[in-house]
Amino acid sequence: MAGLNKSDMKNPVINWIDTRMPVFTLMQREYGTFPTPKNFNYFWNFGALAMIALMIMIATGIFLAMNYVPNTGLAFDSVQRIMRDVNYGWLLRYVHQNGASMFFIVVYIHIFRGLYYGSYKYPRELLWIIGVLLLLIMMATAFMGYVLPWGQMSYWGATVITNLFSAIPLVGESIVTWLWGGFSVDNPTLNRFFSLHYLLPFVLVGVVFLHIAALHITGSNNPLGIDVKGPQDTVPFHPYYTIKDSVGTCVFLLIFAILVFFFPNFLGDPNNFLPANPLQTPADIVPEWYFLPFYAILRSVPDKLGGVVMMFGSIAVLFVLPWLDTSPVRSARFRPIYRQLIFLLVISVIALGFVGAHKPEGIWVVIGRVATTYYFLHFLVILPILGKLERPRPLPESISRPVIGPGGSGGGPLPGRAPAKPMEKP
Amino acid sequence: MRLARFALLGALVGALAAGPALAQEAEAPTPPAQKWSFSGLFGTFDLAAAQRGFQVYESVCSNCHSMRLLHYRDLAGIGLTPEQIKAVASHNTVPLGLNDQGEPITGPALPSSPFRSPFPNEKAARAANNGALPPDQSLMVNSLPGGPDFVYAVLTGYKEPPPGFNLQSGMNYNEYFPGHQIAMPQPLQADQVEYADGTKATIEQEAHDVVTFLTWAANPEMVQRKQIGVRVVLFLVLMTGLTYVVKRKVWSDVH
Amino acid sequence: MAESSASATVAQHGQPDIVSKRDFLKLTLGAGAAIGVCAIAWPFIDSMNPSRDVLALSSVEVDLTPITEGMGITVVWRGKPIFVRHLTTKEYDEAANTPLNQLIEPIPAADRVKPNHHQWIILIGICTHLGCIPLGNKPTDPRGEWGGWFCPCHGSQYDTVGRVRHGPAPLNLWLPPYAFESDTKIKIG
Repeated sequence: MAGLNKSDMKNPVINWIDTRMPVFTLMQREYGTFPTPKNFNYFWNFGALAMIALMIMIATGIFLAMNYVPNTGLAFDSVQRIMRDVNYGWLLRYVHQNGASMFFIVVYIHIFRGLYYGSYKYPRELLWIIGVLLLLIMMATAFMGYVLPWGQMSYWGATVITNLFSAIPLVGESIVTWLWGGFSVDNPTLNRFFSLHYLLPFVLVGVVFLHIAALHITGSNNPLGIDVKGPQDTVPFHPYYTIKDSVGTCVFLLIFAILVFFFPNFLGDPNNFLPANPLQTPADIVPEWYFLPFYAILRSVPDKLGGVVMMFGSIAVLFVLPWLDTSPVRSARFRPIYRQLIFLLVISVIALGFVGAHKPEGIWVVIGRVATTYYFLHFLVILPILGKLERPRPLPESISRPVIGPGGSGGGPLPGRAPAKPMEKP
Repeated sequence: MRLARFALLGALVGALAAGPALAQEAEAPTPPAQKWSFSGLFGTFDLAAAQRGFQVYESVCSNCHSMRLLHYRDLAGIGLTPEQIKAVASHNTVPLGLNDQGEPITGPALPSSPFRSPFPNEKAARAANNGALPPDQSLMVNSLPGGPDFVYAVLTGYKEPPPGFNLQSGMNYNEYFPGHQIAMPQPLQADQVEYADGTKATIEQEAHDVVTFLTWAANPEMVQRKQIGVRVVLFLVLMTGLTYVVKRKVWSDVH
Repeated sequence: MAESSASATVAQHGQPDIVSKRDFLKLTLGAGAAIGVCAIAWPFIDSMNPSRDVLALSSVEVDLTPITEGMGITVVWRGKPIFVRHLTTKEYDEAANTPLNQLIEPIPAADRVKPNHHQWIILIGICTHLGCIPLGNKPTDPRGEWGGWFCPCHGSQYDTVGRVRHGPAPLNLWLPPYAFESDTKIKIG
C-alpha cells in the first residue's frame, strides 16, 4: 500500500488516523522530539506567547462579533451592551481590548530578541522577513479593530491614519476616497474595517504557519548565536520547552489578568468613552501606545509626504535588515560595540514612544528628531559599517562547551559564514 | 557599563515623565484626591452612597443630563429591590412607541425602559441650554481624564471669579474646570435633596454621593470584575509556582 | 538521532523516587491546567445565553379591558405571537361540550383556561405542525370549521380553545405561562 504512513502511535484510534493522515507523526516530529538548542533563555518564550496571544484574540473576537453591530448608529451602543448586558461581555471585551496591548508587548520583545541575538542572519533571513510581514498584518488588524467601538478616538484615529495616504502624489486623494468608500470616514468605512478586522487574524494564522515552517527548516537560533554541532547541543522540544514555555505563559497570563481585572482602562484613552462625533476633534489625537513610536516618526518630519515615507520606511528597513548587518557574528554577546548600540536603539524607540504621546512642541520636537535620526542611522549606516570594523569576541566551540580559552585570533569559527548544518532529520 | 546604561535609561524616562507635569500646571490645578469606596484592588461601591447619589441625579442632574445607556432595571446593581425599581420607573414618563393610530405615546416607564432623557434630541438640548449640550452621564466619569476626583472637584469648585478675570456671558467660574469657564451653573446647593436615611445634604456630601453613583453607572461590572480578578490572580500565582517547580525537575538532568 | 540519545540520558539519570515525585507534580499541574481551561470556557459559553436586556423583556403585561367579546388581539412575547381572545359563552360551551374521544390530543376545555376566567383563552400563536401562524384571531379571518383558528399553510384547524381538530398538526396550540394579576390584566411569562 503505497502512501500510507507507518505510524508508531500506540492508541489504536490515533494510529488508524495517523496511518491515513500523519498529523500525529508530524506533531510528534515538530513539537515532540524536535531537537531544540538546549541553551535558550526566557527570551525564547515570546514566540509561543505571541501564538497564545493570537489565539486569545481570535477566541474573544469571535464571541464579541456575535454581539457587535458594525453600523455608525449602533456600534458604540452595541459595545456598551456587551459591557453591560451580555453575560461576561465585559470580560470578553476587556480581554480583547487589553489583549491587543499584550500581543504587541510580546511581539516587540520577540523582535528585540531577534535583533539582540542576530536571529535575522543567514540562514534565517526568510524567517525574519515573514516575521516583519506578520508585524505589518498585525498592525493593520489592530488599527482597524480600534475603529470598531466608534468612540471619538476610534473615529479620529481612522481619519488621521487613512489621510496619510493622501500624501501620495497624484493618486493620494483617490486612494483615500476609495479606502473610505465615501468622502469621510463613515458607515461604509466602518463596515469594511469590521470585515477586514475579522478576516486578517486568520491571514495572520496562515502566515504564522509559514513562519513556523521556515523556523523548523533552519532550526532555532540560540543565545550564543552559533550553530548546533550535534545531538549533545539539543534537547527534545517536549517536555523541555513545553514546560519552559508554560512557565512563561503563566507569568504572561498573570500580568494580563492584573491588567484586565484591575486596570482595564489604564492603557485606553478616556476620549473613546465618548461616541464618535464627526464635527468635533478631541484636543489631542493619540494612537494606542503600540503605535506611538511610529506616530512620532511621522510627526518628526516637517514634510507631509516625507513623514509618511519615513514612517513606513521605519518598518520597511526591517525587511532588508539581514543584508544591512554585515557582521558574521549573530549574538550581541560577542559583539561589544553592537551590544551598546542596540540599547541606544531601544532607548530611541522608547523615547519616540513618549514623543508620540505629546504635542509636537518644544523639547519633544528635538527629542523626536534626534531619536528618528538615530533609528535610521542605526540600521542604514551603523550596521553596515560596524560589521566591518567591530572586533568580535572569540566564539565558543559549541553550545555544550561554552567555556572558551582566552585570546585566540579574536575570531573563532564564524557561524554566519560557516555552512548551515540543519538538524539531523530521520 | 551595564549600570551606566540603566542609569541613562532611567534618567531619560524620568525626564520624559516630568515633561507633562510642567506643561499642565498652566491650565487648572490638579483635583485633590478624594477617599472613594470603590478605589483600590478590593474597593466596592458604597451602596447607600450610590443610592443617595441616584436621588441627587433624579432630582438635580436629570433635569439637563441624559443617561441613555442605563435602564431602570440596572438599579438592582446599587441594591434596589424589584418593587423599588418598578416604583422608581413608574414615576418617570417615557416614550412608549406608537399607539394603534400610529401616534407616538408616552407613559410610565417599565423596569426595562432606558432612563428618561430630559430632551428628545441633541438640538432640543442645545436650544434649551444656550447652545451648550449637557453631556450624557452614562460614561462621564470614564471619559474625563481626571475621573471621579475631577468630577467631584468641578461640582464643588464653583467660586466668585478673581478680580480682573474675563468671564464670558453665560459662563460660570470654576476653580477646577480647564480654562475656569464652564457653561453649567452651579448644580448642587446645600439641602437641595432630603436624604431618606437622614444624612445631612451638604454640597460635599451630595457631590460625593452623585460621583459614587456616576462611577457605578460607568463601570457597573467593577465589583464582579475585582472579585473574579482576585481569584484568577491567586490561581495564576499558584500555577506559576507549580509550573516553575515542574520545570526545574524536568530540566534537572540537562547539563 | 538527537532525541533518542537525549531521552536515553534522561532514563539513565532518573532515580525512581524522583520520577514519582515528578509525576505527582505533573499530575497536579495537569489538573490545575484542566480547571483553568474549564474556567476560561464558561464565560464564552455563558455569553451566548440570553443577555440581561433580553431577559428583561421576557415577561409582558396585557390589559384586557379593550378586548370585547368575540374579539382577539395578538401581542408579542419573547419574539412569538400570543393570541389573547375573549370568547363568547357560546364559543366556550361548544368547546367544553365536545366529547374528548373526538379530539386528536384529548384535553378538557377547562384545562385550557384559568379557573373563573374561562372566557379568556391565551395561546402561543404558532401552528404545532411546522410553525406557521394560524389565522382566526381577527373576526374577519377564516376560523375553520370549529370556529377557532385555521392554519393557511397546510390546513390545520383548531377549535375555540386552540385544540387541534383537523391535521396535519399533531398537537393542540401551546399555552404560554401566564397569570391573572387582576380581572382585567394578565402577565405573560
